[in-house]
Amino acid sequence: MKAPDFAYARPASLDEALALLAAHGGDAVPLAGGQSLITTLNMRLAAPALLVDLNAIPGLAGISEADGVVRIGAMTRHRDVGTDPLVRERLPLLAAALPHIAHPAIRNRGTIGGSVALADPATEWPACCLAGEATIVVRGPQAERRIAAENFFLGLYTTALEPGEIVTAVEFPVPGPDAVWGFEELSRRHGDYALAGLAATARRGAGGLTGVRLAFFGLADRPVLARAAAAAIEAGDVKGAQGALSGELDPPEDPALRPATRLHLARVILGRVAGRMLDKPAQDGVPHAV
Amino acid sequence: MSTDPGGLTFLDRPNSYIGRSVPRPNARRLLEGRGVYVDDVAMARLGHVAFLRSPHAHARILSLETGAARAMPGVIAVVTGRELAEVCTPWIGVLGHFKGLRSAPQHALAVDRVTWVGEPFCAVVARSRAEAEDALALIAVEFEPLPAVVDMETALDPGTPAIHPDLGDNLAFERVLDVGDVDAAFRDAACVVEETFRFGRHTGVCLEPRAIMADWAAADGMLTVHHSFQAPHMMQDILAKHLSLPEGAVRVICRDVGGSFGIKVHIYPDEMATCALALMLKRPVKFVADRLESFQSDIHARDHRVTARMAFSAEGDILAVDMDDLTGIGPYSVYPRTSAVEANQVVNLTGGPYRHRHYRARARVVLQNKAPTCQYRAVGHPIATMVAEGLVDLGAARLGLDPFAVRERNVIRDDAYPCAGVSGIKLETLSHQAALAKLKAMMDYEALRAEQAALRERGIHRGIGLAAFIEITNPSAAFYGVGGARISSQDGCTIRLDPQGGIVAAVSVTEQGQGTEAIIAQIVATATGVPIEKVRVISGDTQATPYGGGTWASRGAGIGGEAAWQAGKALRENVVAVAGAILQADPASLDVRGGAVVDAATGTERMPLAELGRIVYFRPDTLPPGVQPEFVATRHYVPKDYPFAFTNGVQASYVEVDPETGFVRLLKHWCVEDCGTVLNPLLVDEQIRGGIVQGIGGALFEHCLYDADGQLLNGSMADYLVPMAGEMPDIAVAHVVSPTASSEIGAKGAGEAGTAGAPAAVVNAINDALRPFGARVARQPVTPEVVLEALGLI
Repeated sequence: MKAPDFAYARPASLDEALALLAAHGGDAVPLAGGQSLITTLNMRLAAPALLVDLNAIPGLAGISEADGVVRIGAMTRHRDVGTDPLVRERLPLLAAALPHIAHPAIRNRGTIGGSVALADPATEWPACCLAGEATIVVRGPQAERRIAAENFFLGLYTTALEPGEIVTAVEFPVPGPDAVWGFEELSRRHGDYALAGLAATARRGAGGLTGVRLAFFGLADRPVLARAAAAAIEAGDVKGAQGALSGELDPPEDPALRPATRLHLARVILGRVAGRMLDKPAQDGVPHAV
Repeated sequence: MSTDPGGLTFLDRPNSYIGRSVPRPNARRLLEGRGVYVDDVAMARLGHVAFLRSPHAHARILSLETGAARAMPGVIAVVTGRELAEVCTPWIGVLGHFKGLRSAPQHALAVDRVTWVGEPFCAVVARSRAEAEDALALIAVEFEPLPAVVDMETALDPGTPAIHPDLGDNLAFERVLDVGDVDAAFRDAACVVEETFRFGRHTGVCLEPRAIMADWAAADGMLTVHHSFQAPHMMQDILAKHLSLPEGAVRVICRDVGGSFGIKVHIYPDEMATCALALMLKRPVKFVADRLESFQSDIHARDHRVTARMAFSAEGDILAVDMDDLTGIGPYSVYPRTSAVEANQVVNLTGGPYRHRHYRARARVVLQNKAPTCQYRAVGHPIATMVAEGLVDLGAARLGLDPFAVRERNVIRDDAYPCAGVSGIKLETLSHQAALAKLKAMMDYEALRAEQAALRERGIHRGIGLAAFIEITNPSAAFYGVGGARISSQDGCTIRLDPQGGIVAAVSVTEQGQGTEAIIAQIVATATGVPIEKVRVISGDTQATPYGGGTWASRGAGIGGEAAWQAGKALRENVVAVAGAILQADPASLDVRGGAVVDAATGTERMPLAELGRIVYFRPDTLPPGVQPEFVATRHYVPKDYPFAFTNGVQASYVEVDPETGFVRLLKHWCVEDCGTVLNPLLVDEQIRGGIVQGIGGALFEHCLYDADGQLLNGSMADYLVPMAGEMPDIAVAHVVSPTASSEIGAKGAGEAGTAGAPAAVVNAINDALRPFGARVARQPVTPEVVLEALGLI
């Protein structure tokens, strides 16, 4: 299929982009890396009148650290997020997630802001945002808003973004020296959407794990923080944590996979991630595959 | 095998290219992006067609309102099924040798009724595809949904309505074979194993989708069709018949074709409609299937349920096989090859490597409201091989015997040929014993078993799977022609020597990326004595090549290659005859080597071909009286003594199963096969590897998923999982060489061996890994969910 006709604008500033979105209302959509939107257009699943291309706007891409926060510009490509030295040092969870994101060609174009704004429930960055207590920074016609990841992902392809708003950055607090993390994803083929995925963070002390955050993806209509399971992990009860998942996850109906299978796989990866976070003296090395 | 006057076989003729991994002559062009696929052919006044396809599995079309679409910008025409039927006659996909096979007339664009999701019923031709799609959205259709027959298991129930009421029920074809005394063999057996195997419906995913561009030049009275297709002469014949044109008014050109796998050898409604539209509109019209259309309307394959049992003696002799195959083929048997072939092959091939003399098989082919199925790479082979090999492994486990030893014990002995298989197939010469021996050494079977046992102690669950198989290649007219199909089983090659000593070879077999043209160039160069760099091959043009069947059923090298060999020999004889007259030498004392006429005994150059060409073409006045050079030679070939050249092989797979997740990791794969003379080891090995990967696709990944209403649920590359390099194992390939005596070159086909055996090898390996858990799988694709269900974990 071929995309229906649309108009295209390539604004040179964020204000100009916001003005275009405001002027065209629901007929306009922002274009970031295009890895989902262009497919949607070609399948004629969407027919926006105007694409507002964000790629020429200066300052939307790039990674920096200040005041205990790593700021990742929304237009930073997946590959650049996961290979950035600062990210690899401060946010190894993100680096671990990168090789699971689709394929190199997609990683080279797709952006973290686009992924967060799309909120596909089977993708990696939204779960990493939840696990890493990220803040999603958005700009609208009026002002900037800062939204905690926990309040941002509201449902299937649904976020707290208001019409006319654009994600400008994702900010992660720098984990402390006692921080540990875990990441596991099961997909049929390398790069496929997750059958079950887990991004986890915690602090490890003499008494075990505290501050456990288990962000599952591919297991509901949005990335899910499994709080009861996290509490069980903190209590050292991995089996209990696995059992708690049935009350916290709501695996989707899928023509290729039964919900019970996804739930089973979620329990398996929770066991593996928890085992590594509890037992290993040091974290796994950050993967080099990009 | 051919022998020269000097006692040389063609394999060791001086400057022979046979048996060498000569690079494909078209590889560089394709890698540089200079291929010419249908979509690359430029044409003035081109119209692009897009089709309105049924959203229902089965529905009556109550009304079709096209006025708004006709008024859209860029629209050239909107044509309904009824309008198109005035130009293109319907067809019925039946053949005489499948007794009782029934189907219904099928139109290029459905008239009144649609029978599967994706069936085209209205066309829009516009200046661009996008404009055509814009107009499609404005066609108003009123449907009356009809009951859909989706599940093949209930298609024959008395309460299930017949898709085609005139046929009375949904049984398209049934075949029963009963050889020996099956009941007695089972009664007396020491061990009987039984399994129900399910084979998911899948399809061949071509890099280049189906594509066709037709141009009707009224002034020439010529319909020129550029087509991504395997059998141009068949398409010419069928277009002439159904568009009511004389044969000579249709030219079909297949330039570069980006993969086919049997997908591009069938008659598709949308492609016929495109040609009819070109006639109606008197301008070129192009159709290129997009990926969703491909999944909805390319032929699918497999979709079989086989319940089978195998009887063994206590020592492990296979005594008998009894099987029942049910397959759903969609609403029509596909034209012109029919959709009965896969089930028929399952009956012919199951247990084919083995010596048992008692065999009963029933195959039932039923109609259903899903995309039509037809012949895809290794038609029936993966099913037949899985059924027999799965049962062999079950029997070996039950008897406590090594599965390798059971196969060694039961295969037809290498010295038993020629003979007939239990299903009646005629086998010229096979090499199961040699292949098993080679495989055993190659994979170091005993060491692998020891490794498997040691790892099991550590909780690592690996499995070894074996699959012996036979493959049908080099089909004669027995495949289709005897049933009345106008599909040529003979092929031809015309070779011309040009003045500078170069060769142009036109062949009726075709190239879709597998290297047919490379094989032909090797053979022609060897036969004529001209360096391969000076050989140009033309294929895929009904107006420029001899008449023939094209490339399918692993026939390009074995049949087209033999025609090229014979043509090359004939040209060489013509050349040395003329050279002898000029040189006043006995032609029998001369040969052509390295582009020059030489003394056959010493190799001493007597005359370069360029000099001969100069004389023959530009100074024929200087030739001795009575000498008339004929530097064009044509030969045709079809196998006559055997209906098919069967080949054989055996594959092995080594996998690791994660018993918690159900994930299967492919560690290593081996294949030993016997395609007779190996013309080009590189191409044969890559055919085998590619075939194995497609077999693994069916075993683990690929599945056309339909819901209970007949909706296709995964029509995209994100949801339909083709096998990808990252998940594939290393594949080791070796050969046993038993040339066929039917031809001089002795080559049999190699295109389907990989796909024939890979699924059984992989599934058997998975079951080998699962054996300590008392679990087994028998449903393909073997997804993690299938494994987890077998383990009782979900």
